[in-house]
Amino acid sequence: MTAIAPEKRRGLFRRKLVDRTVGLLSILALSIAVAGMVWILWVVLARGASVISLSFFTEPSKPYGAPDGGIANALLGTIEITVGAILIGVPPALLGGIYLAEFGKGTKLGNAIRFSANVMMGMPSVVVGLFIYAILVIPMHGPSGFAGSAALAVLMFPVVLRTTEDMLLMVPDALRESALALGCSRARTAVRIICRSARSGLVTGIMLAIARVAGETAPLLFTAMWSDAWPKHYFSEPTANLPVLVTEYATNSPFEEQHAAGWGAALVVTLLVLLLNISTRIIFKERHNGR
Amino acid sequence: MTNIPRKSIINPACSDRLFRIAAAGSAFLVLALLAGLLLQLGIGSAPAWREFGFGFLIGTGWDPVANVYGALPAIVGTLLTTAIALILAIPPAFVTALWLVDAPPGIGEILSQALDLLAAIPSVIYGMWGLFVLVPVMQNYVQPFLSETLKLGKIPFFGEYGNGFGYLTASLILALMILPYMSAVMRNVFRMTPSMLRESAFGIGCTRWETAKDIVMRYGIRGLLGGIFIGLGRALGETMAVLFVIGNVMELPDNLYASGTTIAATLANNFAEANGIMRAVLFALGLILLLLSLGVQVLAQYYLAMTGAARGEK
Repeated sequence: MTAIAPEKRRGLFRRKLVDRTVGLLSILALSIAVAGMVWILWVVLARGASVISLSFFTEPSKPYGAPDGGIANALLGTIEITVGAILIGVPPALLGGIYLAEFGKGTKLGNAIRFSANVMMGMPSVVVGLFIYAILVIPMHGPSGFAGSAALAVLMFPVVLRTTEDMLLMVPDALRESALALGCSRARTAVRIICRSARSGLVTGIMLAIARVAGETAPLLFTAMWSDAWPKHYFSEPTANLPVLVTEYATNSPFEEQHAAGWGAALVVTLLVLLLNISTRIIFKERHNGR
Repeated sequence: MTNIPRKSIINPACSDRLFRIAAAGSAFLVLALLAGLLLQLGIGSAPAWREFGFGFLIGTGWDPVANVYGALPAIVGTLLTTAIALILAIPPAFVTALWLVDAPPGIGEILSQALDLLAAIPSVIYGMWGLFVLVPVMQNYVQPFLSETLKLGKIPFFGEYGNGFGYLTASLILALMILPYMSAVMRNVFRMTPSMLRESAFGIGCTRWETAKDIVMRYGIRGLLGGIFIGLGRALGETMAVLFVIGNVMELPDNLYASGTTIAATLANNFAEANGIMRAVLFALGLILLLLSLGVQVLAQYYLAMTGAARGEK
């Protein structure tokens, strides 16, 4: 039994010190990140809550300088644009996901498409705005809510496609084989059996994609643009929406009232997105723990 | 109680084939959209390339009245903000992921969810917070503290005075935005490390940090790179948060406090009113941004797929 040499003990001390320091740093980094989040949410809540009233949700936005503006038209427009995006983007994404999971598993083509979808998910949303501008806004002679929906649909598409594939792959193969053995066609198996048993997963994927695009601003800047009018002409006129309203009021307006209204709109957008996000997580978790 | 299945009008084999074609067509949309994006931005930007050639990439002037356009300030601004954001965000993303993987289940779960929520906040909200809250804080407290108290202003390029807007503020917000993304990917990579490896390291007396640095990091280095590239891609293309706080001046940066611009911010700021050659110029900027981020994403997905493959085989 030889005693540990002092210099070795110092080594151990140093190593433990480094370990503890890194541990402390991680907690510090986490606290900073969480504090940043709390700070942002707190500011939005504190500044936004004071302007929220019933008329804020029933009055349309007014031109710069006019008093008593609300956000009703922008809220409606956002709903229009988002629903439009779901209608355009989700069906092909589901079909594409079915293809990847049921027909394209392990094939070169399937892998290439999966890889491209992953790449597409990281694409800058502002560039998608440019793309839709080129293929829709120019031919249709002007921005419209529909163009905005198309831009959001392009952003949703790869997300829903990939979650659909992942969810379908979680369905056991035995189910597929039984359906085929009973004489179902591949199509019937995929839609009636596989999709049905993965239903909650598919809904989760769609809802997360909606949460992701509902607050998107950059692609709407030149596709749906902005207007003080009620969103009556979805296919032909600029359509008011919340994220662009926030941008307009925060950056282009000198009026304190509109800054306040911007905070109110920001609060509504944040609550919408976060509630969608949190409820989806909770629902998904419960379903999966229940199994 | 006659629940006889209706006979399909089309015969099953035919409908099966139709379905398959529809599904394949939808999946192909991914490739078509990617190709369409490149093609449309290429067509839209063609006049700009014809007019300015590749000198456009290194031109520094920006004067719509005199028809002078150069992309360099926007490109440099994009790369600079992204680089600073990465430097600020990588270490915390790494250590938070490390801590969360080993955290006590309850706290770890809550904090992971909190980080995910941070990623879910829309970027326009970050922008508004940046403009009305962070910019004044930077101007009144952080910048004077950095340059006067810490004397960092003496370092070349760091800058002495600022008005709160500019590269540093934009980078700070970007760092906060990409941290949760990188941390989430890194968490997954750490979870993939076989517990046998980690336990062996602990068994021979490694501390947690040594295990992380010498075992987990080496094992998952490709995945970590993938995570970093995911963050890099997001920072490159982020528009709104940057637009609000960068100052939007088409100039090359002379210090960190200077106002400037990025490609995405330039697009958001100018595109709605642009016409003629300026629109083509903005399409060209968009094409540059698209190519940059496609390159980054391809690398990210490549590295992530490599870790997936390594895990799948063994």
